[in-house]
Amino acid sequence: MNILLQVGYLLTAILFILGVMRLRSPATARSGNLIAASGMVIAFIVTVIRYHSFSWGLIGLTLILGAIAGTYAAKKVRMTAMPQMVALFNGMGGGAASLVSIGELHSNWVHGISSPGASISALLTVLIGSLSFTGSLLAFAKLQEWVSGRPITFGGQKLFNGILLLIAVVLGIYMSVSGGRQDFTLLTIYVILAAVLGFLVVLPIGGADMPVVISLLNAFTGLAAAATGFLLANNVLIIAGALVGASGTILTQQMSRAMNRPIQNIIFGAFGKVASGAPGAVG
Amino acid sequence: MSSHLLIEVYIFVLAVFVGFQLISKVPSVLHTPLMSATNAIHGIILVGAIALAASVHGALDVAISVAAVFLATLNVVGGYVVTDRILGMFKKKSAERPTE
Repeated sequence: MNILLQVGYLLTAILFILGVMRLRSPATARSGNLIAASGMVIAFIVTVIRYHSFSWGLIGLTLILGAIAGTYAAKKVRMTAMPQMVALFNGMGGGAASLVSIGELHSNWVHGISSPGASISALLTVLIGSLSFTGSLLAFAKLQEWVSGRPITFGGQKLFNGILLLIAVVLGIYMSVSGGRQDFTLLTIYVILAAVLGFLVVLPIGGADMPVVISLLNAFTGLAAAATGFLLANNVLIIAGALVGASGTILTQQMSRAMNRPIQNIIFGAFGKVASGAPGAVG
Repeated sequence: MSSHLLIEVYIFVLAVFVGFQLISKVPSVLHTPLMSATNAIHGIILVGAIALAASVHGALDVAISVAAVFLATLNVVGGYVVTDRILGMFKKKSAERPTE
C-alpha cells in the first residue's frame, strides 16, 4: 500500500546521512546542506501523496505561511545573530513534536483507543519536546538580549527543578499505566510542567555558554522526533531523530571541549558562582 | 505489534550508532553549521505533523495539527536557509567564524 512512502523515506534517510557526512569538511559543507534539504523535499512529497486526506486549503495555507515566515526570518537576521535563530527554529521543532504527540494522544482518546506503548512514546515526546520548546525560546531571548544574558539563579533551584522533573515523570508513568484514565486536564498539567522545566533549566546559564546549550536542546528535539516516530510507526522520523539526537550529543561534547568548559560546568556552573558571590560570565 | 516494535528499536539503535560515528573529528568552524543543519533535519517532524493532520477530525485536534505543521515548516525552511547562509559566508572570508 505504501511502497512509494517507504522507498521515499529510505532515500531521505540516505540523503540525510550523506548530507551530514559532507558537512564535516568546509569544502563540501554547503552541498551537504543541499543534499539533506533534498532528502527533506522527497520525504515531504511522498508524505503528501500518501496522506492526502487532509484539508488541502488549510494545510496548504499553513505550509505557505510557515515557509514564507521561515525564509523571511532566516534571510533577515544579522550574521551575528545566527545562533539565536538556530535556537528559535529548534524550539519550533520541539514544539511541533510535542503538538504532534498531544494531537495523536488526544485523537486516540476521542476514539477510545489506548495503548500503553503509544502513551509512553507520546508522553516522552511531550516532555522532551515541550522542554526543548521553552528552553530554546529562552535561549533565543537571552542571546537577543530581550532577557538579561546573565545567569539567573535563586535558592534551592536545583532541588526545585529536580522535584518538578520527578512530579512530571511520576505523572507521565501514571498516565501511561492507567490506560483507562484519559484525562485532558492531567495532560495539560504535564505539558505545563515540562514547559516550566525548560525555562528553569536554561535560566541559570549565561549568554556565553548558550551555543552549547542550544546544541544540547537540538539533540533533545532530535530525540523527541524519534519518540514521535515510535508513536506514529514512522521509520524516517525514527532514523532522522536518532541521527540528530546522537550526532547532536557528540557535537555538544565537542563544542564544550572547544570552549574548555566541561558540559556539567555549563549546565550547573552558575550555582557555584552565585554561592561565592561573583555572578560573572556575561555574554 | 511486538515484532514491529522490535524492528523499530533496531532501526533506532543503528541510527544512533551512525549518528555517533558521523561526528567524530570536526573542525570547530563547522560546529555552528553542523548544529544548524542537524536542527533543520529534525524538522522532519513535519512529516508526522502532516500524517496527524490527515487523521484527525475534531476542531481541537485539527487546530493542534495545523499548529504543528506551522511550527515544523518554520523549523525545516528556516533551518536550511540559515545553514546555507552560514555556509555561504565560508566562501567570502574562509576560516573565521563570526560568533562564539
